[in-house]
Amino acid sequence: MNRFAIADCTSVDAALSQLKDGAVVKAGGVDLLDRMKDGIEQPEKLVNIRNISGLRGIHETDQGLTIGPLTTLAEISDHPLIRSHYQILSDACGHAATPHIRNMATVGGNLLQRVQCWYYRSSDFQCIRKGKDLCFAFEGLNQYHAIMEYATCPSVAPSSAAVALLGLNASVELSAAKRGKRTVGIRELYVVPDANPTKFTVIEPDDLLTAIVIPKPAAGTRSAYQKYGEKESFDWAIADAGVVLEMDGGICRRAVITMGAASPVVRRATQAEAALAGKPITEETARAAGQVAVQGAQPLSMNSYKLDLFPVAVYRTILYAAGQRDRDPGAAG
Amino acid sequence: MNNRVVEDALLQQSAVAPTKKTVQMPIGVPGYTLTEESREVPVTEPPVWPINKDLKYVGQSVERYDGQAKVSGRARYTSDVQLPGMLYAKFVNAPMPHAKVVSIDTSAAEKYPGVRGVHVIQHVLGNAVLRNPALDAVKYPVVRYAGQPVAAVAATTPAAAEEAAALVKVRYEAIPFVVDEIKARATDAPKVFPGAADEEGSAGGGGGPSDVRQTGNIHGPSIHRHGEIAQGFKDADVVVEGRYVTQVQTHSALETHGVVADWKPELLTVWASTQGTASVREELAGFFKIPLTQVRVITEFMGGGFGAKFGAGNPGVVAAALSNKTGAPVRLMLDREEEHLSVGNRPSSDQTLRIGAKQDGTITAIHLVAYGTAGCGTGAGCSGPASNLYKTAALHTEESDVFINAGPASAMRAPGHPQGAFALEQTIDELAVKLNMEPIDLRDKTDEHPVRRVERQVVRDSDLWKSRNPVAGASQGPVKRGVGMAQSVWYRFVSMSSSAEVRIYKDGSLEVLSAVQDIGSGVKTVMAQILAEQFGVPPAQIAVKVGDTHYPEGPNSGGSMTTLSLTPAVRDAAWQASQMFLSDIAPALGTTSDDLVLVDGEVRSRSGKFAPISFRRAAAKMATSQIAVQAKRIPDYDPKKYLTYGGIDVAEVEVDTELGRIHVRRVLSVHDCGRPMNPAQVISQINGGIIQGISYTLLENRLLDPIYGLMVNPDLEQYKIIGAREIPDIDVRLVEAYIGQSSTDASGIGEAAGVVSIGAAIGNAVYNAIGVRIRQTPMTPAVVLAALRAPAPGKELA
Repeated sequence: MNRFAIADCTSVDAALSQLKDGAVVKAGGVDLLDRMKDGIEQPEKLVNIRNISGLRGIHETDQGLTIGPLTTLAEISDHPLIRSHYQILSDACGHAATPHIRNMATVGGNLLQRVQCWYYRSSDFQCIRKGKDLCFAFEGLNQYHAIMEYATCPSVAPSSAAVALLGLNASVELSAAKRGKRTVGIRELYVVPDANPTKFTVIEPDDLLTAIVIPKPAAGTRSAYQKYGEKESFDWAIADAGVVLEMDGGICRRAVITMGAASPVVRRATQAEAALAGKPITEETARAAGQVAVQGAQPLSMNSYKLDLFPVAVYRTILYAAGQRDRDPGAAG
Repeated sequence: MNNRVVEDALLQQSAVAPTKKTVQMPIGVPGYTLTEESREVPVTEPPVWPINKDLKYVGQSVERYDGQAKVSGRARYTSDVQLPGMLYAKFVNAPMPHAKVVSIDTSAAEKYPGVRGVHVIQHVLGNAVLRNPALDAVKYPVVRYAGQPVAAVAATTPAAAEEAAALVKVRYEAIPFVVDEIKARATDAPKVFPGAADEEGSAGGGGGPSDVRQTGNIHGPSIHRHGEIAQGFKDADVVVEGRYVTQVQTHSALETHGVVADWKPELLTVWASTQGTASVREELAGFFKIPLTQVRVITEFMGGGFGAKFGAGNPGVVAAALSNKTGAPVRLMLDREEEHLSVGNRPSSDQTLRIGAKQDGTITAIHLVAYGTAGCGTGAGCSGPASNLYKTAALHTEESDVFINAGPASAMRAPGHPQGAFALEQTIDELAVKLNMEPIDLRDKTDEHPVRRVERQVVRDSDLWKSRNPVAGASQGPVKRGVGMAQSVWYRFVSMSSSAEVRIYKDGSLEVLSAVQDIGSGVKTVMAQILAEQFGVPPAQIAVKVGDTHYPEGPNSGGSMTTLSLTPAVRDAAWQASQMFLSDIAPALGTTSDDLVLVDGEVRSRSGKFAPISFRRAAAKMATSQIAVQAKRIPDYDPKKYLTYGGIDVAEVEVDTELGRIHVRRVLSVHDCGRPMNPAQVISQINGGIIQGISYTLLENRLLDPIYGLMVNPDLEQYKIIGAREIPDIDVRLVEAYIGQSSTDASGIGEAAGVVSIGAAIGNAVYNAIGVRIRQTPMTPAVVLAALRAPAPGKELA
């Protein structure tokens, strides 16, 4: 790890004024310190926002929820309102990583973590995401990589919270000293590598993520998230699914189905959503939706097994969201 | 006594006193086969212990001697050692898998603030060594794997050492490499070594044969046979054959390799995370050509080794060299990446196993052809189970090491046996299916080991085995349940370099000392139990001093040797010290020693000459300040008998056929280890073996990028290692198996403990669940789904 200066800030304004000359925001420090220890980033200055109390907490509003970005994953997953009305988010945050990490990691940091591709994470491989022109995964070891939408880089979206928040149609508030505040949808937060491989998110160096805003779900909404790994304990997803069902009696009026481990940024499986709309939730309709969730997927040399996993993750999570099935004991986290 | 008296006594002894006595010893398994056999033993041996239920401290689950120190953080491990003026060292490692080192420029690193010394490695340890070293006639060791240490820097802080290490300029000339073991077998593959090369095993085993030919990267085959293999298959009614492939596993001990070396003119002191204080001392003395008396090795606490921590290795030698150069103590602890890359692993295997049998289950032929890679080392042989578990008319094994440009293997918990048993025990299971026999019945027919026969009965009587549906793939729904069993074998190795000293102090305190290291298996506790049994005081009152070569020699802890080698020496010393003690105090108590007995913390008179007095008050009557007796291991009482032991593991799995996920729900583990000295600690070893074995079977995999030859998962995140949720309910049934071999009659457990057989037990359980055999590890969802998709019976290698 390189030597660096650290500025401890206790207010948003103080933090914003420090965000210049290559300074990097440190919240929980979980992912950032990994990247620094692995030698893939060498910031000269860190701006520690961990002690800005105004950025932590869960607030109910008329429009829905506002979550401070420094709220920990454990706080979110344990929150009674989130458990009762935003189960997809409680599931995603409550099964991320390990209990230790969930107590330390912030939801803002979780959304902004970098991809876990082992070539990206190794200082031995100078890949396209680090400004060079090669991707090593296409010809190399790619069993955990993407099966769709990966022309430039087949790393997969790492944040379970993002899969859940995309399902909830959430957005984030970004603040900058010069530009003031702006709001960006979760999907628009992420830059696809095909557009700009080194950018990852639309966040500029002087931006601070200051809030996560979740609209109030329609009446009759049920939701859930599950991820599957090679392990059940603290593993990255090899397949995952977020499901939000707007129910009208026994009929699904509208469904949102999201995936993380299939593509470089979180995506909605719109064909699967369409397959459920206007239908009752049964094992048959859920399985049919799962099948079309991977339509158009193009596996790499080592990950065709994901074509089997995603339909299962999707159908089982639909049934779980609908209350027709328990959380899968084989799901990770 | 003056010398004259001693000589007279010795003369007298040799003239008249018998040197041997005949004793009756318990033999067999209580409740099943317990009987007695006679043994001729030296007269100096203590009385024969009865079976465990009739002992007070030995054979009981006495609390771990250092458990509280460990869980409270008081225990001082090697990386906790802090010495005044200590420097921190960091390796410079090769970034490519195969290269000549053209030049090394250390000038920038040497000038870096805080740097006190830079060492350029001239002899790299661990790799196989060319039979003709002239073939490598170069200034610096050839880089044979990415991560091979090239140099090291010592500085006043870890950060300065790391930063300066990056300033060492090494010019490499890349050489073509190969990291795929199948490609490495091709005649036109890049050669890892320019000629034949061999790796010696360590004190913990491993290493390969050095008397075999080498063709390209293929070192071998090493061939063993008895009987006529062709005739054996001719005599067979049925033949089963399969190809089994297992991956490379790294040891991944919680504590990485490392030392603190403090080289003073009169003495080199080294704190080491090691399984063998003796092995570290020997390697350092040999490497630096200094007498053993000038090297002291200390291991107070040890955070796991699993076979990879013998000798000083590159970290020990380099830290000592840097300490010598700088005149300051030097700490060199590896990081996790270095731990994966450069200090050992369990070799892979690619086995084709063929077994022929008669309709009644009699095995007529076992034929194994095995390849495996130990990286740039050797030791991938895996024929142990095929050669030692079952009776066969004919046996033919052919094993070859395949060199690739990866870190050298080292001994790892039961070297070769998890691999070998994975193939053998699944093939036996397949044979049972083909013969339409119960797996236990087939083994009763072919396995003559008397203790495993008892263990099979325990399995047969268990609820878990009774719940097994003999029809494979019979459960309904996508999640299918299965139960399978497999057997293990390990060997009785005795280290004669095992001594202990027992001291009785005049204040009544008791102490036992040995250079042996407690690597977590609990030998400290067992030593205390033995003294407690002998002196009649609670184990917590015994001071145990181990892990220091200043103490009497101790065995290296490999091959499951520690407890069975050392405890007889401890007991002999304790017994002899207790006899001297009683003789010493008898006159002051107005009696003779044979009237005295040590029991319940008291000294009592058998004839009632005096009221019982406490051990402490009795000790105050000693004529001198202490009584000390050192005893050395004597050979096994009957070294031709009971050479192997083992156990049986039964796994219950659930296979989610839609996800390809295998979940191990329950394990029944039935094992023997002679006299279990401390059942809780033995069970702990078996729990650990099962957990490590499940991790190996389902998850762990060292992944090397095929194009660049670098490990892509050198961490504990993408190198998937078992977590709490994968750990099943483990039910251990210890089988006490008395074999009449020593004054404690202990055997080992570390290797036989589950790790050998659990992989095959899982494989057999998966077959029972889904009717498809998985012949490859790790059994990831990708592998299971592929096998489910294309199950060509007998050949469905995913």
